[in-house]
Amino acid sequence: MSKYASNPDAIRALVHPEEVHRDVYTSPEVFALEMKHLFANTWVYVGHASQIPEKGDYITTEIGDQPVLVVRHTDMSVHVLYNRCPHKGVKIASEACGNTGKFFRCPYHAWSFRTNGNLLAIPLKKGYENTGLENTDAVKGLAPVANVKIYREFIFARLNDTGESFEAFFGDSLSSIDNMIDRSPEGKLVLEGAPLRYMHNCNWKMLVENQTDTCHPMVAHESSAGTAVSVWEKEQAKGGPKPMAVEVYAPFMAPYEFFEGMGIRVWPHGHGHTGVTTSIHADYSAVPGYFDQMVEAYGEERARAILGENRHNTVYFPHIMIKGPIQTMRVFRPLAADRTLVESYTFRLVGAPDMLFERTLMYNRLINAPTSIVGHDDLEVYERAQKGLASDALEWVNVQRLYEPGERHDVTETANGTSERQMRNQFAAWVHYMTLDMAEPARVEAAE
Amino acid sequence: MTTDTLTRLTPDTVTEADLTAFIYREARLLDELAYEDWLKLYAQDAHYWMPAEWQQTDPRLQASLMYEDMLLLRIRVERLAGARTFSQKPKSRSQHLLQAPQVDEMNPAANLFRTWTSFHYVETRGDEKEFFAGWAKHEIRVEEGALKIALKRVDLLNFDAPFGNIQLFM
Repeated sequence: MSKYASNPDAIRALVHPEEVHRDVYTSPEVFALEMKHLFANTWVYVGHASQIPEKGDYITTEIGDQPVLVVRHTDMSVHVLYNRCPHKGVKIASEACGNTGKFFRCPYHAWSFRTNGNLLAIPLKKGYENTGLENTDAVKGLAPVANVKIYREFIFARLNDTGESFEAFFGDSLSSIDNMIDRSPEGKLVLEGAPLRYMHNCNWKMLVENQTDTCHPMVAHESSAGTAVSVWEKEQAKGGPKPMAVEVYAPFMAPYEFFEGMGIRVWPHGHGHTGVTTSIHADYSAVPGYFDQMVEAYGEERARAILGENRHNTVYFPHIMIKGPIQTMRVFRPLAADRTLVESYTFRLVGAPDMLFERTLMYNRLINAPTSIVGHDDLEVYERAQKGLASDALEWVNVQRLYEPGERHDVTETANGTSERQMRNQFAAWVHYMTLDMAEPARVEAAE
Repeated sequence: MTTDTLTRLTPDTVTEADLTAFIYREARLLDELAYEDWLKLYAQDAHYWMPAEWQQTDPRLQASLMYEDMLLLRIRVERLAGARTFSQKPKSRSQHLLQAPQVDEMNPAANLFRTWTSFHYVETRGDEKEFFAGWAKHEIRVEEGALKIALKRVDLLNFDAPFGNIQLFM
């Protein structure tokens, strides 16, 4: 039974200014519509150019539920192609990454394609003579994703032609990507190593929301960060410097006042970030030699401005989060209404001391790994929420904290750091992109 | 090794049987949830390493699932018993099935002993049961008459798979 398909009013009714209907998290139909509309109408991150430096290098990924491959062509241009043979539908590339040489070759019937997707050759081609193959879509090769934009090596793609340009979609939010890159004395990042992969039996939006939820750390993470602090307090008697791991763990136990003061900024189209004035990354120990390198590269004033930016989590709607000051990125990959794969990536700052990358890797394994105790705290509450939403006690999820009537979602503004405003900002964008290319009901014509 | 307190080992007197018994004892302490006793098997400068790459060589500048010193292992153990550790309500349990440990190096002159142990491991919590397979490599030395782990390296067969929570120790 279809309740939401081709029914934009029903979709709009799922989101109130200060609360969200549980179907947004639990309905398989809503999930299917997210794949069909939301992920197709937005600029979706598909990879980093440093992953495909050589001709023929490729990575495989998904835009929503659509398998795509991102490949470096022989002229060094980057192409995003549907990962589907136009003959019988076989997935062309199955590994996460690799080098295909000069062409892709389907493993089933050996149809082959240039690295820009164009059909190169079909075995026994004369069997197609006079069949009209030249008039089919099959002969066009691997279908391209038409809208591709590479911003400072971050590759984004959009399946549909509907909606804003890349620049209009992201606007000033790109400043968070800029800041992460500018932290390299050479202005260059390298995405290094495979991601840590963490399976979550919950809806993908719970994870995205949590990126700007600052009222949970001192509650949910008392178990992990709180224990880290208490164990370290006992150890301190032995003297010695505070270990890097304690510097990473301890700020999660900062009091509410700290999170209130650090602020949240919202941008149009669902993007936003915590840590406007300070963040949990602000007090890491200085890395010897690094500041001097930055001063040499940028001049002292600019170096201080770059390193003084301490954004905590920047959400790029719909489904990635970056942490500039620690050079990590998480991609929340929706698999089902109640199933999400989290991939956590690490960037090396080219030209910077190894110790910075060491801290990045430590952060990733202490916070984002399936073996991370901080991650255990979060996953436990997400999965309890997914189960709890089955309760008929209430149909609505509350995101009302510091709500003000008349709140706008087409502006850049800052709010108290414990506001749930960025969650509301995301849901306004969610409704917009879910319904953007959805046919309006017939009653519109009937009324005329 | 049941006579721990009576045994006064020196590097020269360590036998292969001592090493294999030690490996079995470590697994048993984990399965009995005797984490305080388990921590005592480790040297103060020890590390517990679970790589995230095949045949990984560097725990510092390559991604790992775990690379923890005794401070971090102690935090994990104390957390497991915490009153507000919601991911341990209900608690997890584990079971190790070890293939006979193989002794790869007997080097009393350097006070260094290495073993290699293939394992199957089950971690359960509530109605869920997760199965893992892999290989544990131990670097062991003698300290104050007893065997101590200097490094335990756990290579999972599918280190690159998407896992849910792995809460205990392999």
